[in-house]
Amino acid sequence: MILELLANAVSTGVLLGCIYAALALGLAVSFGLLHIPNIAHPVFVVTGAFAATVFNAMGWDPLLVSLPLALVFYGAGIAFFEFYSRIYEKRGEADTMQALTLFFGVSLVIETVLVMKFGADQRSTDVDYVGQSLVLGPVVMPYRLLIPALVAPVMVTALWLYLKFTYAGIAIRAVAHDERALSVSGINPGWIKRHAFGLAAATAAISGAALVIVGPIDPFAGRMQIGRAFAVVILAGMGSIPGTLAAGILIGVTEALVGAFGSPSWAPAVAFTMLLATLAFKPSGLFGASR
Amino acid sequence: MAATRREFGTLVAAAGAAVAMPAVWRSAHGQGAPIRIGTTISKTGALSATKSTLTGLELWRDDVNKAGGLLGRPVELVTYDDQSAVAQIPSLFSKLVDIDKVDVLVSPYGAGLSAPLMPFIKQRDLFTIGMFALAGNDATRHDKFFHSAPWGPDSKINWARGFFDVAKQNGCSRIAVLSADVEFAKTAAGGAEQIAAEYGMTVVYKQSYPPATNDFSSILRNIKAQTPDAVFVCSYPPDSTALVRGLSEVGIGDSVKLFGGAMVGTQYASLLTSLGPALNGIVSFALYAPEPTMANTEMTAFLSRYEKVAAEQGLDPLGFYIPPFAYVAGQLIAAAVTGAGSLDKAAMAKVLHETEVKTIAGPARFNAIGDWTERRVLMVQFRDIKGKDVEQFRQPGRQVILDPPSLRSGELVAPLAKARSS
Amino acid sequence: MSSRETAMDLAVRRPGRSPSAGRRSLVFALGCVGVLALGVVLTRTVENPYIFFAGYVVIQYVAVATGWNVLGGYAGYINFGPTAFYGVGVYTAAFLVKAMGAPLPVSIAAAGAAGALLGLAMGWMTLRVQGVYFAIATIALVVMAETVVHNIDYLGGASGLALMPPQAPAWAGGQPQFMLMVMLAIAVAFVAAARWIEISAMGRALRALKASEVAAECAGVPTFRLKLIACAISGAMLAIAGAPYVYYASFIEPGTAFSLALSLNAIAMPLIGGKRSWVGPVLGALLLATVQQAASVTISSELNILVVGVVLIAFVAVAPDGIVGIVEKLTGRRGA
Repeated sequence: MILELLANAVSTGVLLGCIYAALALGLAVSFGLLHIPNIAHPVFVVTGAFAATVFNAMGWDPLLVSLPLALVFYGAGIAFFEFYSRIYEKRGEADTMQALTLFFGVSLVIETVLVMKFGADQRSTDVDYVGQSLVLGPVVMPYRLLIPALVAPVMVTALWLYLKFTYAGIAIRAVAHDERALSVSGINPGWIKRHAFGLAAATAAISGAALVIVGPIDPFAGRMQIGRAFAVVILAGMGSIPGTLAAGILIGVTEALVGAFGSPSWAPAVAFTMLLATLAFKPSGLFGASR
Repeated sequence: MAATRREFGTLVAAAGAAVAMPAVWRSAHGQGAPIRIGTTISKTGALSATKSTLTGLELWRDDVNKAGGLLGRPVELVTYDDQSAVAQIPSLFSKLVDIDKVDVLVSPYGAGLSAPLMPFIKQRDLFTIGMFALAGNDATRHDKFFHSAPWGPDSKINWARGFFDVAKQNGCSRIAVLSADVEFAKTAAGGAEQIAAEYGMTVVYKQSYPPATNDFSSILRNIKAQTPDAVFVCSYPPDSTALVRGLSEVGIGDSVKLFGGAMVGTQYASLLTSLGPALNGIVSFALYAPEPTMANTEMTAFLSRYEKVAAEQGLDPLGFYIPPFAYVAGQLIAAAVTGAGSLDKAAMAKVLHETEVKTIAGPARFNAIGDWTERRVLMVQFRDIKGKDVEQFRQPGRQVILDPPSLRSGELVAPLAKARSS
Repeated sequence: MSSRETAMDLAVRRPGRSPSAGRRSLVFALGCVGVLALGVVLTRTVENPYIFFAGYVVIQYVAVATGWNVLGGYAGYINFGPTAFYGVGVYTAAFLVKAMGAPLPVSIAAAGAAGALLGLAMGWMTLRVQGVYFAIATIALVVMAETVVHNIDYLGGASGLALMPPQAPAWAGGQPQFMLMVMLAIAVAFVAAARWIEISAMGRALRALKASEVAAECAGVPTFRLKLIACAISGAMLAIAGAPYVYYASFIEPGTAFSLALSLNAIAMPLIGGKRSWVGPVLGALLLATVQQAASVTISSELNILVVGVVLIAFVAVAPDGIVGIVEKLTGRRGA
């Protein structure tokens, strides 16, 4: 019985962890690589989720429809980055604290617009596989979690390959490493950063669709996730894309174990404790290069 | 806006006096000055789904004014948005009472928001109708406070007693209690334990979980391992959804005859239509269900008027839970004012304490602290739900009333696994 | 400490204290006394209690914004979770009221101590790395604090706790009047403390730190210790601002104690007013809180939040020094 409980807790934790990783992936790019503390990212994700529900109501599958939506988000991300960099180009040096406040304002505006457009009620999607489970011996995995969870490894792998093997991807990593060196080599760092920020925003569309399959969301759902998403990125180590998946799973499994064998009431504290512990004892994270 | 109109009224009266037509003007003004009813509505924030309160009150106001008002005076509502925030309540209600000079208060939604109001109305001795403030007056014991919702006396413990009555009738002895870390749920869970003890049932599992939990599989497995006969669940809308889905995904075992009880959200169309057939077999509370034992023409007429407004304003399309009792709040005020023949607060309270009021939700009688003397919280079991169409929830036979016995429209189908597969 | 201070002074010394500084301090002190006296007069003369309820909310924001600004404005470390500290103050007071019916001064002192300790602990763990980590950790701190409260049944958990705090002394003329006076005294004390920090060696060292942490460190400013002290002071102030709430509302619940609106305002007010001097938070708080008190009864609160968000973005984008900065630019005067 204990073993069955343990196996199920771990499997649920892995699934939830994958979803956390998907939520944090855009942040791993914008914060981890570009050093832009985009605390509005979870709100971007929620926006993606709302977009998915709108198309789902017309009979589309949320995950499928999120692919074209990702293109829209990519464009919106680029436009937003343009606005952001204009403000700072004018000011000279980017001030992280000002940026944080700016993103804070942006997330308020987006949330409020969502409330005004859709109301504060819960919204959810209607997909056939919700309510059914994949049974592997004693382990039961609801499709409601399994399918969105699969999104994370796919996105992480794709992004990792992109950063590793394509010209633009290598340039993004170069920007993260040393911006000036890149401009010396003839590439426009501004363009590369815009592109990377667009990619980060694009992941929000897909993660949003995944999130709304898991459960109903409201315009303020992003707030619950800010701390956890940053915990994932920092635990992973700044800029480590595969680390994001590992860190998400670590947090997810710990939460599930605390919930199953301790008290579920304490689960929200897990991510925070791990975040603080990382900052206090290993600020470079699990997989990050020491900075 | 409202305040300026009032000031304008005073101005007009003053001007009238000045033009030396005092007698005519003054009596016209005295009769014409509206009776003001003040409350706050959670138009924004966590409780914004409760803003249909306003629609219920407005429909009542329109009815009363069409029939010539109260004591020959029109009725006017003065409302502010409390943003679902407790911190807003003291200053907003002070504004209603001290600046807007309202004659009657209606409490904000629920016990949490009403809590800071209670010492205030006691101190100022104000006549107030409570909106869904479960056990809201039990500590303060203000003698001019009346609930519009039929929670019944000693409601902190008793409001969900119906669930345990049904459990007892069906021979349940092992009870699991699961609750969200949210005010209403915690209160309900506390009462549940007391009643279980009173009925000689064993609580074999008791756990609370944080709000916005979206995976219940390990919790459900832990419950299943205890083989309870009944699971009393006190949940909030997002987790109600996740729990019902979890039931389909991982199951709860064959021992469970009764599942649910205090699941908030199963009263609203958005959750009902998103879950659809997954609801079958689940038992939850309601204040109104369109069963033949309960439906009456006035209620049906009210709901169909409400539906039109709801469609325009994007409110809950069913409106079974809150709007009728906002209308009841109005009916209680009307009964008190007309019965007293004035706005004298003591006389108004006396009327409600001593006479039965006929409301669209049935006859209401009150005890000394304003509870309905008869608890009319329904325990309904969802049955025969097919697809996700909202219309079916307006049909009888879908939310079968198991308790109270006076309104019972069917028997429990058990065990849960059977009720869900049928 | 004294040798350090000389180092700090050397590092950031401004060319001599202006001769008018003493006179300005005198004017400021007189102003503080004047504000307090005005408060006493108002509580004696105004009949309508609504003024005191609404006034409490507005003045509480002056206190919260000023407390936040000690760390956020002077040191440049953004605390996104001021309600974590405020909430700790609320719950410390609630605990003391429930356990022993503690009078208000005891609660305030205890809340201050608890807030300072929390600030020290948070700062110790997160202030050694870049400021952005601190900011992020504070976001999560609110979730943590709320979780802890949910799990303490003695404090009412998620259901909240109705309390019967000791009533106001007879001379105050009523609970709302008394609470307003208490909050006013707290706010005035905070503003005076903030001004003192600003013109003291500590303020100069903080400014040096904000301009460039590396340079300040090299010049001998003990940056880490300084940040810790600022964090503890700010934490104590925020917690103290929360302590009287229990006496004001006689009911507390986690949703209020850790409310997002309060966090939002605590950040927005100094930003809009201006973060560099004590005037900014006071101005921002009076302006924004008054507008919100008026707006909560006129326009929809969605619009309200939207306006705050847009104003926030606008100020960050075009007027990072807030209203004070704009005024200084217009009058051609710079420096506090």
